[in-house]
Amino acid sequence: MKNNIPKSGTEINRSGKLKLDRRTLIKALAGVPLLGIFAWEATRNRSYAREKQNRVIRELGLEHLQTPKTWSAPEVKGDRIRIGFIGFGTRAVQLARGMGFISLSEKESRQTKGTLESWMSQEDLQVEIAGVCDVFDLHAQMGMDIAQNGLRVNGKTGTNDPVRRYRTYREMLDDPSIDAVIVATPDHHHARITADAVRAGKHVYCEKSIALNEDELNEVYRVVKNSDRVFQLGHQITQNVIFQQAREIIRKNILGKISLIETTSNRNSASGAWIRHLDVDGNPKPGDLHTIDWDQWLGNSPKVPFSIDRFYNWTQFFDYDTGMLGQLFTHEYDAINQLLRIGIPKSAVSSGGIYHWKDNRDIPDVLHCVFEYPDRELTLIYSATLASSRPRGRVIMGNDASMNLGESLEVTADWDSPQFKQQIEAGIIGTSGPMLTVKPGSGEIDAVTSATEKYYASRGLTDTFINGRPVDVTHLHIREWIDCIRNGGTPSDDIEKAYEEGITVLMAHQSYVEKRRVEWDPVRRKIV
Amino acid sequence: MNYYYSTPQLWSLVLLRLFIGWHFLFEGLSKFMNPQWSSLGFLRESQWIMSGFANWVTSDSGILSVVDIVNTWGLMAIGAGLLLGLFSRTASMSGMILLLMYYLNSPPLTGMEYSLPSDGNYLIINKTLIEALSLFVLFLFPTSHLIGLDLLLHRKKQTQNKQEVTKHEE
Repeated sequence: MKNNIPKSGTEINRSGKLKLDRRTLIKALAGVPLLGIFAWEATRNRSYAREKQNRVIRELGLEHLQTPKTWSAPEVKGDRIRIGFIGFGTRAVQLARGMGFISLSEKESRQTKGTLESWMSQEDLQVEIAGVCDVFDLHAQMGMDIAQNGLRVNGKTGTNDPVRRYRTYREMLDDPSIDAVIVATPDHHHARITADAVRAGKHVYCEKSIALNEDELNEVYRVVKNSDRVFQLGHQITQNVIFQQAREIIRKNILGKISLIETTSNRNSASGAWIRHLDVDGNPKPGDLHTIDWDQWLGNSPKVPFSIDRFYNWTQFFDYDTGMLGQLFTHEYDAINQLLRIGIPKSAVSSGGIYHWKDNRDIPDVLHCVFEYPDRELTLIYSATLASSRPRGRVIMGNDASMNLGESLEVTADWDSPQFKQQIEAGIIGTSGPMLTVKPGSGEIDAVTSATEKYYASRGLTDTFINGRPVDVTHLHIREWIDCIRNGGTPSDDIEKAYEEGITVLMAHQSYVEKRRVEWDPVRRKIV
Repeated sequence: MNYYYSTPQLWSLVLLRLFIGWHFLFEGLSKFMNPQWSSLGFLRESQWIMSGFANWVTSDSGILSVVDIVNTWGLMAIGAGLLLGLFSRTASMSGMILLLMYYLNSPPLTGMEYSLPSDGNYLIINKTLIEALSLFVLFLFPTSHLIGLDLLLHRKKQTQNKQEVTKHEE
């Protein structure tokens, strides 16, 4: 065998140890200087990316933008608050989860999916589900089961304290052991139950939307306003930490003068169009006159014979809801009102129709609404369809930049921006893509050859939030309500904002139904 | 082991090894330095024969984070191995397997569409596959015992053998 060892390469000294000459050592260590160059270049590359980000941040004055305040909230302390659920459908299950209660079947499914641990890290709000009220036995039973036997966020299963099922919500309100109620019924009960609950001395967390007509909206506003009870409307959207950044960006005038806001809802499924009386296999869901207290379900709405269609698909009917306005636009409006405090518009015009879902529904499946705010010199648009799922975002347009606000936040500088003219010319700020991107959580796309460091750099700014931990926004919204009950203060969706939202929705609804432009009379506080 | 390379052959193979090592090391380092990075998005795109595996990984956040860690540190270890010429054959083989995993999760076959943007135009053969094949070439034509830290290990072994032969002769 002819070996590769150079003649002068190595020798063995007398003690039998290997001795290397310089040439061999250089060959052995040939990669080391390259590793040095690598380290040097990698450091340079990183500091370039960081400097580029920092320069944009400095230019925009956003040095303190990246500190989410949500997590600095103090630990929950105080007596356990006893909460009653009025209505226990799908949404109530989500609310209970946000409060720290899940069923044992959910526990099992989370165990298989590996998401149990993440839910268990949610903070214990020190509350009890002390009572459940639902006109449908099956739903009431579901609520009772979660409250009595379910898993709690503190790791315990079940409770020794009695959980009571109430036949009517009034029975629950008459029970002095209940401190607060969560109203998660169909919308036609919201205003009445909220007003009655506050009159009975209960704190209220009520799902949107707040009211179906002006009279009940005025009544609930008056009752809540004249009490010391804590009211929160269920709009978890603003608890998304991204909204804090969005608010800060707007406060710093980075968008310039805002004169147009476009909000949208696009969905394209039967369930999204509120056809929900069938299960996944296409069979009718359970429920009949033996298990549903139909008179109580109808409440103050017109008396009609029992209908499983109406029971499950109530959103489709004007007797119980305002459709997309009440269910979807409310979130859009709340997001914008939280950011800009636009309040009640001067006028509203709606138009649309039932163009796709040809069932017996009242609500339009394509709808456009234009709200004018001459005092604020801006227009709010809502454009929605239940027959296309093309995502269109939520865009706040200013003359210096526009902001697309959703799960993530993107701010794109305007080519003709007066404020950023110099930076755009100097190349510090680009207009071909977003100049600021805030994206919580993870789930980035990457692979060795297709997406690398360049991909991240091109996004400008990225951030993890709350130590990279995903936190349920519903939990944060309930938590805010609970904190206010314990320590005082006003939740972000208080009765003032609920009223502004309620009126805005009713203006758009009235405009659609009456096919005319409606206005708000701020003196008489009336839609005209 | 018995390899005869001319000088240009040796250096071109060494350069190929160093370049791929550099690429792996930076790929791993970039993932390591980016706390937001996760293979979730990539695996969600998975099609073809590896999609079952990808589903299994993404179905559990625990498994996913293990895969992320193994991937990140694996890339860096393979990169450093190739760059320094340390355990290069193992590094070449592991690198090839890793790249084949990427390739098989999203091969550019006709009819497979990905939302992930590609940096070029590929049909069946893409750069991942070419890089994997290059690593196989490096596995078959190793250089680290001539240029690289493996030289020291190689020499030590040879010296030991030599000593034993000498002892026998005595």
